[in-house]
Amino acid sequence: MNPEDTPLEVHDLTVAYHRKPVLYGIDVTVPRGQLIGIIGPNGAGKSTFIKAVMGLLPPASGWVKIFGQPYKTNCHRVGYVPQRESVDWDFPVSVMDVVLMGRYGHLKLAQRPSKKDREIARECLEKVKMLPFANRQIGNLSGGQQQRVFLARALAQESDLYLMDEPFAGVDAATEAAIISLLRELKSRGKTLLVVHHDLATAREYFDSLMLLNMRLVGFGPASEMFTAEKLQTTYGGRLTILSDVVQAVGNQA
Amino acid sequence: MRRYAPFLLIAAMLLVPEMAHAARISELSESSLGGRALRFFTFQDASLRNALLGSMLLGICCGLTGAFLVVRKLALMGDALSHAVLPGVALGFLWNMTKDPLAIFVGATLAGLLGAGTVQLLRSTTRHKEDAALGFVLASFFGVGICLFTRIQNLPGGNKSGLDKYMFGQAAALGQGDVMLLAVVTALALGLVLVLYKEYALTSFDPGFARTLGLPVSILHYSLMLLLAFAIVSSLQAVGVVLVSAMLVVPAAAAFLLTDRLAWMLVISALFGMASGALGAFFSFVGRNMPTGPFMVLSASSIFALALFFAPRHGVVTRWWRRRSQSARIRRENTLKAIYRVLEDHGFRTEQVSLAELAQQRRVTLEEATKEVAELKRTALVTISPSGEPALTPQGWQRACEIVRNHRLWELYLTHAAHIAADHVHEDAEKIEHVLGENTVRQLERRLNYANRDPHGRLIPGIEDIRAGTATMCATRVPGYGGAEP
Repeated sequence: MNPEDTPLEVHDLTVAYHRKPVLYGIDVTVPRGQLIGIIGPNGAGKSTFIKAVMGLLPPASGWVKIFGQPYKTNCHRVGYVPQRESVDWDFPVSVMDVVLMGRYGHLKLAQRPSKKDREIARECLEKVKMLPFANRQIGNLSGGQQQRVFLARALAQESDLYLMDEPFAGVDAATEAAIISLLRELKSRGKTLLVVHHDLATAREYFDSLMLLNMRLVGFGPASEMFTAEKLQTTYGGRLTILSDVVQAVGNQA
Repeated sequence: MRRYAPFLLIAAMLLVPEMAHAARISELSESSLGGRALRFFTFQDASLRNALLGSMLLGICCGLTGAFLVVRKLALMGDALSHAVLPGVALGFLWNMTKDPLAIFVGATLAGLLGAGTVQLLRSTTRHKEDAALGFVLASFFGVGICLFTRIQNLPGGNKSGLDKYMFGQAAALGQGDVMLLAVVTALALGLVLVLYKEYALTSFDPGFARTLGLPVSILHYSLMLLLAFAIVSSLQAVGVVLVSAMLVVPAAAAFLLTDRLAWMLVISALFGMASGALGAFFSFVGRNMPTGPFMVLSASSIFALALFFAPRHGVVTRWWRRRSQSARIRRENTLKAIYRVLEDHGFRTEQVSLAELAQQRRVTLEEATKEVAELKRTALVTISPSGEPALTPQGWQRACEIVRNHRLWELYLTHAAHIAADHVHEDAEKIEHVLGENTVRQLERRLNYANRDPHGRLIPGIEDIRAGTATMCATRVPGYGGAEP
C-alpha cells in the first residue's frame, strides 16, 4: 500500500503512567483526507493517545508510523494543537511570535524565520481572523482568541496530518463554527485531521469518522456506524442514564 | 530567611576575624568618601578596574541566564545551584591550597552539576516535586560546604585563604584570571542566546510543542543549566554564594515588569544586571571594602522596586494613578448627570441649577456639592454664577446628555433584550454608563429602534438635543425632545 495513503498507522500501542496502563494495545490505521473525532469519557486516554503518537509520552509497547515512517523522520509533516492550558499565557511573546513558532519545524537550528515565513504566519492569522491582534501579548486575549492563535500556529506548520487536543474547549459557539469550517477546508485540501472532542451531541455532525476510546479502542469507522447505542455504551461504561439521554438528544436532532 | 539563619550565623562567625584583614585596595585608598569616589571614577588602579569590569560582566551574564530562568519558572533552581556549588569551591581550594580560579571553577561547576543531577534524580525516582528536591539540595550541599569552609579556616594559614569572600562576595578581590573567566562565560552566554534565541524561546514557552517539531528539547535545557552553572561559578568571587541567585532573579524579574517581549526582556535584564553590578562595586569600594554582594543585590532590588511601582503598564503606582483619574472622571460625570436631572425636573426652563437641589439629587452635603461643582468648573464643564449656582457649558451639556443617554439606553436594553425587570437595571446602568463607547451606543440605538423613552418613562436625549444645547432645548423641544412624542 502507498504510504502516502496512510498518514497514521498505530500498532499495539500501550502507554502507561507510573506503571498504570492508560492505553491498551491500540491498533488503528487512519486513511487520508478525513476529519476524525476522538471521543470517549474523561480519563479515557484521548490526549494520551495523540501525545503518544508524537512521542511526547514514551510507549510501553507498540509502534507508530507517520506516512510509513517513524515519527521522528516525518515530524515536519505533523501539525499539533495542544490544550490551551498547557502553556503560560503570561509568557512575554506576541501573537505573531507564537504563530511564527509553527514555522520552526521547517527551519534549521539557529536559522532565523525569513520574510516568507512571516508572510505565511500573517496569512494564517488572517485565516483565523486574528491578524488585527498580531502585536498583542498573548495574555490579553479571550479564550476563543487564544485557541485561534494555537490554530494559526498549526496552520503555519503546513502539515499533512493534524493532531488537535480539544480545540473547542472553552470557545463560544461562533468561534466553534469558524474553527470547524476551517478544519473542513483543510480536509478538502487533502489534509488529515484527528481532533479530540468531548461533546457527543456535535460529534456526528462534525466528523467523517469517529475513534471511540476508553483505555482501549472501542471502535473506529464512519461516524454513522459508530453512533450506535451499543458502541457508545461500551465507550462510556456504566453511565447508562447519561448516555441514553445523549443518544436520544442526538436522535431527536437527526 | 529563617531557613538560612543557622548558616548565616556560621558564616558571620567565619567573617568576623577576617574583617580585621583589610584587603589590599583599602590599604592604599584615600580616607575621605569623596576621595574614594574620585578614585573609583578615575580608574586609577588595576584592581579597581578589574572589580568594576568583572561586576559588570557578571551582571550581563546573570541577567541573560536569569531571564530564561524566570520565564521557565526555574528561579529557585538558581538559588539551589548557587548554594550547591559551595562544597565544590572548598574542594577546589583544597586541591592545591590556593585560590586558583581554574581549580575552583572546575570544582564548583562539578558540585553544581551534581546538585542539579540530584534534583533531577529526586524528582524522577521519588514522589517529591521540584520544590522539595530543590530545598533538600540547597540546604544539604550548603551545609557540607560550610563544614568544609570551617575546616579550611582551621588549617594552618587557612584564615588567610580569602575563601570567606566567596560567601558574600568581594569585587575588590577579583584578579585578572577571575575577570578573564567572567569575560569568557559572558561571551558564551551572549553567543548562545544570540545563535539559539529562537530555540530557547520556543522551548521555554511550549516545550511539548517544541518536541513535536523534533527540537532537541532536553539538550537545549541542559545547555541552559550548564550556562547557569558557569554563570554562578564565575560570579561567586564578586557577589558571593548566598546572594548570586538574587542577581539571577531580580534584574530579570524587574525586566519582566517592563516589557512583554522576550527579546526585550533579555536586553533589559542584562542592562539592569550590568547596572546593579557596577553600582554594587562602587558602593562596596566607597564604603571601604564592604562585601560587594549585598550592595549589588540592594541596587538590583532598588531597580526592581522602581519597576514595580512605575512600570508604564504593570506598575503599582501607575495603575493606582490610572484608577484614581478614572474615579475622578466618574465622579465628574455623576455630578453632570445630577445637574441634568435637576434641569429635567424643571422642564429645562432654567439654565442655572441651585446647589441645594443638586446636593439633594447627588445625595451629598452642600459642601461636597460645592466642591464637585468647583471640580467641574476647573475642567470647563460648568460656569458658576456670582451666587454660586452652576450652569452647564456646551461641553458640559454634551457630556451630561451622553451620560444620561448611555444610562437610559442601557436600562432599556437590559429590560428589552435581556428581559430583566425594570427595577433591577438601575444599579448596573450606573456602572455601565461610564464605559460605553460611541460604537456600542450606536449599536444599542439600532437594536432598540431609536426608542426615546427609558423603562421608567423618562426621555432619552438624542444626538440633536446634544447639538442644540440647553437654551434651544427648553424653547423648542420640551416636552417631547429627541424625536416625536409617542
